[in-house]
Amino acid sequence: MTVLEANEVGFGYPSFPVGRDVDLSLAPGEVLCLLGPNGCGKTTLFKTLLGLIPRHAGRITLDGTDIKRLARSEIARQIAYVPQAHTAVFPYSVRDMVLMGRTAHRGLFASPMQSDGEIADRALETLGIAHLGPRDYTRISGGQRQLALIARALAQETPLIVMDEPTASLDFGNQVLVLRQVKKLAAAGLGIILSTHNPDHVFICGTSVIAMEAGRTKASGPPVDVLTPALLSAVYGVDVRVEILSDGTRVCAPGFDSAA
Amino acid sequence: MDARRTDAERITDVSNRPARNRDGTSWATALFAMGLAVLAGTLAAITIGPFPVTLSEILSALVRLITGAQDPSHAQVDTVLFSVRIPRVLAALLVGAALAAAGTVYQGLFRNPLVSPDILGVSTGAGLGATLGIFLSLPVIAIQGLAFVTGMATVALVYMVATAVRGHEPTLVLVLAGVVLGALAGATISLIKVLADPYDQLPAITFWLLGSLASVKPDELWTTIPAVLIGLIPLVLLRWRMNLMALGDEEAAALGIDPRRLRILFVACATLMTAAVVSISGVIGWVGLVMPHIARLIVGPNFNRLLPAAMLMGAGYLLAVDTLARTIAEIETPLGILTAFVGAPVFLWLLATGRRSW
Repeated sequence: MTVLEANEVGFGYPSFPVGRDVDLSLAPGEVLCLLGPNGCGKTTLFKTLLGLIPRHAGRITLDGTDIKRLARSEIARQIAYVPQAHTAVFPYSVRDMVLMGRTAHRGLFASPMQSDGEIADRALETLGIAHLGPRDYTRISGGQRQLALIARALAQETPLIVMDEPTASLDFGNQVLVLRQVKKLAAAGLGIILSTHNPDHVFICGTSVIAMEAGRTKASGPPVDVLTPALLSAVYGVDVRVEILSDGTRVCAPGFDSAA
Repeated sequence: MDARRTDAERITDVSNRPARNRDGTSWATALFAMGLAVLAGTLAAITIGPFPVTLSEILSALVRLITGAQDPSHAQVDTVLFSVRIPRVLAALLVGAALAAAGTVYQGLFRNPLVSPDILGVSTGAGLGATLGIFLSLPVIAIQGLAFVTGMATVALVYMVATAVRGHEPTLVLVLAGVVLGALAGATISLIKVLADPYDQLPAITFWLLGSLASVKPDELWTTIPAVLIGLIPLVLLRWRMNLMALGDEEAAALGIDPRRLRILFVACATLMTAAVVSISGVIGWVGLVMPHIARLIVGPNFNRLLPAAMLMGAGYLLAVDTLARTIAEIETPLGILTAFVGAPVFLWLLATGRRSW
């Protein structure tokens, strides 16, 4: 049982603070969503949680151990990182990209073995992109690249996954596919923290949510309690209504006719 | 942001593009074919020259070498083969393979397919040492030693400068520091050329800076081969991790490796290999830039097979060019000229074929 905990974390770049006083915890089976406008520091916070950039203040622990004391390979066996879909410089095959997720499980001088290949193939199959395996990562669409990066995180076989806007470059169908996958992984016992621009996604898969504004926590807790029309309107600066569908699902709708 | 939007629109439009399957046995076949070609080229290159030697003569000379048999009637053939031609052919293979390996490493580290082994100033630095050695009329061995030391020292200095300048993208600072210090070394070379004796030293400096294998001695090989191997072994052992370095520092770190330490190690290895071969061959451009590139087109970017492919191609290419250099005209043609004359059009052709990814 792996728990990621952050207490009063300040984060940012050297001589450029982005945010402070962020508290969060992530346990297996949970889906913690980060919601907030562009530039509020979600990606920077993620990189800080992963120990990729040094934190400015506070404490980040993995199972009680400060991540500063952990080797990169130890962190990588506990938390996988799904960055925003990007283009690679070199045309690695999608399967090779996924295989890179196995690195932390193998020795310093090792190359992936056959068992790693099987794990990579399973991850590709799970996301329904087994057919992309031999293709060049540089020659698939942005949405397919996003799915490949999620497959890589699965191949990393970590109890926790950090996903930076996993639905950002996906079409409607693939967004649903990824959210469904997130729910399935959480049900299987993984802890997932993800950022999104769509409050509906939080209602779909989130067990808890942190609404961020300018690098600080504005509100946190269960989505139903936190994502009120008042809070959403305040965070995004536009009028937002929350409607409850007949099956109980909550959806957000912008209001256009109110005199702003 | 714009790119992301267009990607989202095109999520399914790529199915009509041809798949390039490299996971099959095709790359293994390619590597095998390259190996055979280099072997055949090596034998051919040994037979070619002002004193032609047949394959059977090579074979019997090798048998004499192994059994230690003395045969005065073949003394001339043995001298040509073992003192001149075979060392030179081996030197061409070694220099070409080392430059291509270093180029492959640097292109991966800097995530840029247009990077050459000289990106951090190792060749220019070595050139400065050699120029200084020639200017001071040092013996050949001292000139080579000085070239090696200044080549390594230049890169070490570049690394220290880049580490001192914090708060920026580390590879970018490294490249810029390399450009600045390389320019400084180049200016110093020019200064020494102005001061050098125009009849004796200046031609020697010019020829060194253009590269040549004409004067490689057998015992120079015995000092260069170990240096190249010391640089090569960590690259071979850590070849899989080199792939992760090409994703950028943050992603590589998130996948469980330490990019900062690995970068120092990889730069040190590539620099050692380059400095070692440049100190016996002089500055030879293009091999380390173009060969990794073509190798990547053939076997793909996975370092596990890109490294051997690039090394084989570099070895074969420099062997061919050096054979041309010693046979094309009455006088030796400097290698740097030929590698550029052959390499530049090939590179332009690669650009013109319009591949969007490398």
